Amino acid sequence: MKYSAGSYESSDCIVTVSTHSKTDIIIESIVFEQFGDQIKDVISNTLKEQGIKDILVECFDKGALDYTIKSRLLTALKRMEE
Amino acid sequence: MTKQANTNKIIKTFDDFYNIIDIHQYKNISFHHHLRNGDYVLNMVLNHYLEKKVNNINLYPSAIFPSYSSILHLLENNQIDNITTNYCNGPVAEFISNNGLSGKLTMQTHGGRARSIIEGRSKIDIAYIAVPTCDPSGNAVGYLGNNRCGALGYPIADSLHASKVVLITDNIVDYVDSPEIKSENVDYIITIDSIGDKQGIISGTTQVTKNPIGVKIAKNTAKLMDELELIKPGFSFQSGAGGISLKVTDYVKETMKRQNIKASFFSGGITKYHVDMLEEGLVEKLYDVQCFDLEAVDSISRNTNHIPISASQYANPNDPLMVIKDLDIVILGATEIDYDFNVNVTTDSHGTIIGGSGGHSDTASEAKVTIIVSPLIKGRIPTVKKRVTTITTLGKNIDCFVTERGIAINPNRKDLLKKLLNSKLKIVPIEELAHIAHKYTNIPKEAKKRDKIIGEVEDRTLEIIDYLYLK
Repeated sequence: MKYSAGSYESSDCIVTVSTHSKTDIIIESIVFEQFGDQIKDVISNTLKEQGIKDILVECFDKGALDYTIKSRLLTALKRMEE
Repeated sequence: MTKQANTNKIIKTFDDFYNIIDIHQYKNISFHHHLRNGDYVLNMVLNHYLEKKVNNINLYPSAIFPSYSSILHLLENNQIDNITTNYCNGPVAEFISNNGLSGKLTMQTHGGRARSIIEGRSKIDIAYIAVPTCDPSGNAVGYLGNNRCGALGYPIADSLHASKVVLITDNIVDYVDSPEIKSENVDYIITIDSIGDKQGIISGTTQVTKNPIGVKIAKNTAKLMDELELIKPGFSFQSGAGGISLKVTDYVKETMKRQNIKASFFSGGITKYHVDMLEEGLVEKLYDVQCFDLEAVDSISRNTNHIPISASQYANPNDPLMVIKDLDIVILGATEIDYDFNVNVTTDSHGTIIGGSGGHSDTASEAKVTIIVSPLIKGRIPTVKKRVTTITTLGKNIDCFVTERGIAINPNRKDLLKKLLNSKLKIVPIEELAHIAHKYTNIPKEAKKRDKIIGEVEDRTLEIIDYLYLK
């Protein structure tokens, strides 16, 4: 099952999570050139904080700030738990 | 130059036209963009250049819109050498950004384009001019007819100086009074079923912003103008059709009503908001080079003080009648602005062409106070940079930069800074605005260096102020 949070609006992102054989992060972003590494760091740090492994995280980003990306990821993870 | 007598100018089809004219002999061709995304004429004409495999075309459209797909096909077939324009957006812009041209792309200003044509630097063989209404001798206006678009400011220089002037219309009337395009300059009139699609002709973007960030910026701008005492009897003003600019105009209107102030003129692209102010007696004259909505279009025939003007009269620095030389205040947008106050509205931060000056550099150069309004951050990209990707308007012509989180004043404007010494507004150095943005976004990684030049930005002074690079 896939669980998502967020929107395709400008300055937001959609984060989708699903169980996986290992931890993988896929990012598509309109600001990938400028902030791709940063987005990846936010996602992997949040996963570490939550102690989550073996998960596929897909992030479709339209210029969201870090706290937006983090909260979308946390919400998607909560939806997966429920 | 002798033009044909008034009779026999009318031609029924393009095929008939190209029986008279050898299409391969006329490679420098121009168009205007008053019909915007609703234009049928540009594609109709250029499809003939495609079919007849005309090569080495030099194109002089006043702007290129996303619907101008025939240009893309000509580029794909390598039939175009050079393009000279004022604004370029959509698939053609993307294609040029990614592939360049066999010649070069020259980005001019509205005033600079008129100047180049009038002074003979841009030599146009055929000006193809879509007109919403004309009479059988070729007197034409833009504000009448089913497909009316308003003032026809851009093609007037073309009509005066092109070797051949061809009107394309779907509405011939017996007689046109006070024409914008004059019959003595017209060689041929081609009649077609429809010059455009109404929905696309009106730009549809002319709404006051309700976005809270936009409203905050507009409010800050209004307060700034108040502290600078810019709204005073007889002042002149220009604002674009962007949502924030229009919200600023709204605040200006409130101030004028409250303090019983009347303006001398508004110039530029005109909207219903400007027309309302004219009809309420808040402003004496509207100088209109281009209408943005139908209310503005229909006001021209109703209001004698709503005056259509040519691009030359609007912004050509060598035109003695230039309207904007008397302009007090202009409100403009920015994709990027840098520490030297240079503004970019030509490319995005990835180096893709997304627009161009239009009248940006013209009005910024002439107005006594030029105010840039923009959100500090757009889709995580900070608007302030050390150096803009492309200079559209030189920083020496920019005075104020207003955002939702603070205002920067060009340090060269000591007079303005002095007036703002006891300001209640948050006035900070422009570098500080960058730091504020970075607190939210972090520092963006610099885009990779690009070195293959595909075009240039030519200011109205004829100075090349920057280059455009292959992505």
